[in-house]
Amino acid sequence: MSDKEKEKKQGTNISRRSFLKGVGTGTVAATVAPAILVGDSETAEAQTDGAASTAKIQLNINEKLYEIEVEARTTLLTVLRDGIDTGGNSVDLTGAKLICDRGECGGCTVLADGKAVYACMMLAMDAQSKQITTVEGIANGDDLHPVQEAFIQHDAMMCGFCTPGFIVSSVALLNENQKPTIAEIKDSLSGNTCRCGTYPFIFDAVETASEKM
Amino acid sequence: MASWGEASQSRLIGKRIARLSGKEKVTGKAKYTFDINRPGMLYGRILRSEVAHANVTDLDLTRAEELPGVKAIIPLIEVGRKIRYQGQEIAAVAAETDDIAKDALRLIYVELEELPFVVTEADAMAEGAPQIRDDWKANQSNPGKNEDGDVEAGFAEAAVTVEATYHTPVQTHVCLETHGNVVEWTDEQNLTVWASTQAVFGVRNDLARNLQLPANQVRVITEHMGGGFGSKFSAGTEGLAAARLSRMAGRPVKLMLTRKAEHLVAGNRPSMTQHVKAGATRDGRLIAYDMRGYGTGGTGGGAGFTGPYVYHVPNRRTERFNVAVNAGSQRAMRAPGHPQGAFAMDSLIDELAEKLGMNPLEFRRINDSSEVRQAQYTLGAQEIGWHRRNSVPGSGTGVKKRGMGVGSGQWGGGGGRGTQARITINPDGTVEAVTGTQDIGTGIRTAIAIIVAEELGLSPTDISVKIGDSGPGLPSGGSGGSQTTASVAPVIKTAAAAAKQKLFEHVAPLLQAPVDDLRVGAGTIYVASDRTKTVTWRQATGLLGVESISEGGNWNPELRQGGVAGTQFAEVEVDTQTGHVEVLKIVAVQDCGLAINRLTTESQINGGVIMGLGQTLLEERIMDPQTGRMLNANLEDYKVPGTFEIPEIKSIVFDTHRKVTGVGEPPCIPTLGAIANAVYNAIGVRIRELPITPDKVLTALAEKKA
Ligand code: FES
Ligand code: FES
Repeated sequence: MSDKEKEKKQGTNISRRSFLKGVGTGTVAATVAPAILVGDSETAEAQTDGAASTAKIQLNINEKLYEIEVEARTTLLTVLRDGIDTGGNSVDLTGAKLICDRGECGGCTVLADGKAVYACMMLAMDAQSKQITTVEGIANGDDLHPVQEAFIQHDAMMCGFCTPGFIVSSVALLNENQKPTIAEIKDSLSGNTCRCGTYPFIFDAVETASEKM
Repeated sequence: MASWGEASQSRLIGKRIARLSGKEKVTGKAKYTFDINRPGMLYGRILRSEVAHANVTDLDLTRAEELPGVKAIIPLIEVGRKIRYQGQEIAAVAAETDDIAKDALRLIYVELEELPFVVTEADAMAEGAPQIRDDWKANQSNPGKNEDGDVEAGFAEAAVTVEATYHTPVQTHVCLETHGNVVEWTDEQNLTVWASTQAVFGVRNDLARNLQLPANQVRVITEHMGGGFGSKFSAGTEGLAAARLSRMAGRPVKLMLTRKAEHLVAGNRPSMTQHVKAGATRDGRLIAYDMRGYGTGGTGGGAGFTGPYVYHVPNRRTERFNVAVNAGSQRAMRAPGHPQGAFAMDSLIDELAEKLGMNPLEFRRINDSSEVRQAQYTLGAQEIGWHRRNSVPGSGTGVKKRGMGVGSGQWGGGGGRGTQARITINPDGTVEAVTGTQDIGTGIRTAIAIIVAEELGLSPTDISVKIGDSGPGLPSGGSGGSQTTASVAPVIKTAAAAAKQKLFEHVAPLLQAPVDDLRVGAGTIYVASDRTKTVTWRQATGLLGVESISEGGNWNPELRQGGVAGTQFAEVEVDTQTGHVEVLKIVAVQDCGLAINRLTTESQINGGVIMGLGQTLLEERIMDPQTGRMLNANLEDYKVPGTFEIPEIKSIVFDTHRKVTGVGEPPCIPTLGAIANAVYNAIGVRIRELPITPDKVLTALAEKKA
């Protein structure tokens, strides 16, 4: 087997050696950059042996029990959005969004025992003993939560992609502090990002909801 | 003559009406492309180059292909071709889970022979820089030149002149839903695509062309989409890759860009650097303008910007060119070319006014021919309390200094032909409005319902609006150029009027009145000359028997108008110890023509202001000249406005005429100049380079002292 074939077998993209080799054979390499190709796999450790170990766990989501097989690296958000329970049913709670994938935007916010958490930053395994509430579980059947009503009334959304995260964060805030000041609202929602720029109406909505609760 | 009628006659149009998709959005039930899960669906990912410039010398997908769970894999570049920027696509994979797709990318073998690169404008223009385009000299396009009047004579007449260089960096769109698609072949020849796009029909035609399918065999669906801002008009490399992977695997594929890729390859607003000299007469008339400027839109062109802007200068010379760098390409971004041009012009106007010893607002009034903006200056100045501003910039006392500034903008937004729509009235009283536009967050769905409901005497929630789907075969244009409302609304209005007319024909015999004597009330149809003669909506539609009424409309240009003026005032507070700029208040006076829905129109103005604020104080794509990479391709280091940055915003829907127009873009234009001028008014030092970050403020203050 040639050196190159061996390298291909080892995988992991391009190696620094192949660069030097490139230089050696007369081609031009301007700079040597480490980790030449990251592709789209910045966040997860690769499991390239094809036999990732899994475990069966139970999750309590929106007061419903799900039994799910997960890998150690599986996040709570992945389970909510893409999970399939052991009965073959898809969880399909896609309200929480993956936007930044690293705890910077709040798009994936859910409640864990009433506290706002980033579902992209929580491993599914760590969610086992907690009561998880997603945006789909905020309303009481057809009765919207006052926060939801107020968001509609004040048009606290445009594209709406960030809205589920803001709804959940706002509910968490009002659960703890029924009459927040505008500074407290800004502080509590500072972990959520909206690119459409709906913030002013979100602040209004939270104030209205707090008056109604 | 077609008209929208008098404001006093409108039951719904121009009122504040909650958006129809509100409930779905607040409950998490709204399904975006990213949320579509199809039976048997695979997850797609793309391997991208981390290198800015290289020859691809080898590419081997074998090991990745062998990974259990991988169902399809394709190269996206050929060996022997060139990588020209970080993030460029190398290969795509579809696998059973997203994690397996990630793993597979790591098993792809690529050999790259790196080439010298340039990623900053300065490096690209430096002597001896590597040439990254064969067809441009020194990485610069041929300049576009323009000349009007007699520039030299103008300067000779000028009492004061200002010469300055203004710069705005590359800004990225940061759509929160990244670009992407879910693709499903219903059979060999028919494709259904859920696309995160602002142009359903654009994506359909794009995919059909590239896959050599008849357009009517591709169906594109965009029920909801998470932001576009100009960057989501085509299927993109990722869309085409998903379609090919899906065909190969015989299963649906979801392929969304990562946050990092979104920053790298999904478009950006080009940078701008302009050296400008301008002069004004003693009595405050702009008389001469000479500008040479450039920007980068990545490896291609497109880095244009406006100038002179808004204000008329009789004698002017301009020269603009593009600079090529090894970075992802620009795409249209909210009012392309305008915010950066406005920032420079608004700053320049302020500098000239100061040299003349004139109030900058007065100076603007003298040079602004727009009657609308003249009225806006008065209103905005009142709202912000312009009389409170420092008459001597930087004269405030204390550590935190306040200041005020003003900026202006201009946009088109008059819409155009190309929309087909159908309004159907069913015998059971239900009403459907169908057209191929899409809601990128501006609320067109609700606007359509409002127009139809107004015409038929119903309530907006009575109208089922079906948009964001090419399936019904009723095309509409992309949502760009703030054209959506002005393109769609006239067609909807005339279609609803035609449907109403048809219904009247059924009702007239029953009410024993001529058709043109019939009117709609709230849920009723009555005879104008004898109001005792009336039927309910349901009684009326019951007369239809088995046949629904279904009518199309036409784009009546009398119902819309382009050309919107805007003005904004800002008040800021600058901490002279930390350099932090806090915007306290923005007053945005925006010409909106006839606002169909005042509530969502206010939302759009707020959103524009906030995006403009981000561009002024926070946003910048930072390229590393050493490695050729973007250093802040995430949401932590690339700062977009968050709750703490939001000032009090007074969005004023400035009614001008009763014709619809678009306002998606214009409110993001005047913000930059207003804030930058306010910072100057606060500290008495001008910062001509955006974003105005604390380091720049502190440096400027230190230089002033020295
Ligand atoms: S996706 Fe979880 S915080 Fe951004
Ligand atoms: S509404 Fe679009 S990102 Fe917040």
